[in-house]
Amino acid sequence: MKNKVFRSLAIVIALTSLITGMAGCKTSTAAPLPLQERLRVATTTSLYDTGLWGYLKPMFEEKYGAKLDVMYAGTGIALEYGRRGDVNIITIHSKSREDQFVAEGYGVERVPFAYNYFLIVGPESDPAGIKGMIPEDAFKKLMEIGSFISRGDDSGTHSKEKAIWEKADFDYRTVQKAGEWYIETGRGMGPTLLMASEKQAYTLSDIGTFLSYKGKIELTTIVDKGDILLNVYSAIAINPERHPKANIEMASNLIDFLTSPEIQKLIGGYGVEEYGRQLFIPCAGAEPK
Amino acid sequence: MDEIGQGFLKAVEFITSLDPEVMEIVGRSLRISVTSTLLATLICIPISSLIHFHRFPGKRFLISLIQTFFSIPTVAVGLFVFTLFSRAGPLGGTNLLFTPTVMVIGQMILIIPILLGLTISALSGVDKTIVDTARSLGASGFQTAIAVLREARYAVLAAIIMGFGRAISEVGLAIMVGGNIRGFTRVITTAISLETSKGDLELSIALGIILILIALVINLALNRIQHR
Repeated sequence: MKNKVFRSLAIVIALTSLITGMAGCKTSTAAPLPLQERLRVATTTSLYDTGLWGYLKPMFEEKYGAKLDVMYAGTGIALEYGRRGDVNIITIHSKSREDQFVAEGYGVERVPFAYNYFLIVGPESDPAGIKGMIPEDAFKKLMEIGSFISRGDDSGTHSKEKAIWEKADFDYRTVQKAGEWYIETGRGMGPTLLMASEKQAYTLSDIGTFLSYKGKIELTTIVDKGDILLNVYSAIAINPERHPKANIEMASNLIDFLTSPEIQKLIGGYGVEEYGRQLFIPCAGAEPK
Repeated sequence: MDEIGQGFLKAVEFITSLDPEVMEIVGRSLRISVTSTLLATLICIPISSLIHFHRFPGKRFLISLIQTFFSIPTVAVGLFVFTLFSRAGPLGGTNLLFTPTVMVIGQMILIIPILLGLTISALSGVDKTIVDTARSLGASGFQTAIAVLREARYAVLAAIIMGFGRAISEVGLAIMVGGNIRGFTRVITTAISLETSKGDLELSIALGIILILIALVINLALNRIQHR
């Protein structure tokens, strides 16, 4: 009963606002299209902050005649949106959690489409003296003398950071309580880099975001070698069996688009001219070695 | 310091050149907040009149409750609307999450208490003799209410503008239920938040200036009306 009242109220409100909302608008971009033509992708912040999505979006929209809504979210939030069925597809980077997401039946399949590496970045002077170390040893040293800015937002980068702490034989909870030198921002990669730069502290970043922020921050690459730093981006369409309105067709189109030879080439070349270095290495559908 | 100066210059350029992206974001902000304010007004004026012109047990309590919600955190409304409209929530089937429509609904929930509360106090501020005069001239309850509303129109208008100001300037709700989707649900405040986090201050400053200008223009207009 209550539900019904709510629903009819919401529909009345929705209709009125749609009508009034559209009445005053002339620009085509702002007019809400029928929802089935909108594909909603929740993306990890690094694919957004580097500008890759902004670059690919118009190409996809033109090719498939759909509107792509790109939502800026860390891997944790993106997975949650996916679980709730609020988006049609997610592009994230945290293998173990992706596998779990698919195993639990929320996602159709995990399709890797590009990879790169994480970096430990920090002040030029390297006050903790961790240059050239492997990531695990570098973290051990940071535990003794260092200051570290963590994403702290359950994102793919944050998962990776936790994995490194654990591989360095620390319980992550003790790291969180280790002292004032360890700061959790709870924000995207870009803002976290800006804060690390302001505080002249170390942080873990994907290479793409780091390079695209380079002009705005005073940080440099400190550690860039170590198997654990591999960073794979995958796309997962939301399972239509769980969420009937998941728009699997358009989501599959997006996956085909991302893994097509033409777009893979563009991903591989993205940013090279601007940053003098490759941001993403394409790996259409296969796990990089 | 230099950064702020340059940001400011760039901001002025954005505004004077009518930068399409800036204009689009501003247009969307205005559209969403004007819609939510108008709809909330349509709901609130009859309801506040009902509350004002009737005696019932718990009336005082109801009014204090409404006043309590004046300062409800926008993120709390955001969370409420999100859980309501998320696909797993009771209204998930409406497919409205992350659309401008749900932002309108959220803003309405946010400002309805302000509109109700301030309209009720506007009505209470009207001289009681108006009611007596209207009644003695044989006016019905409805006609009396209209007479009182007319008398209180400036204060009611001020209430509406307060509501609009809160709607257009909040960011928590807009980000949570709108999703800050470029070209679809990105409004002035969410754009400022994102651009600042990207370190692109120029666009943020330009939008901030525009937001202040909007507030200024509206308040000047209100002032004029009130002093007529």
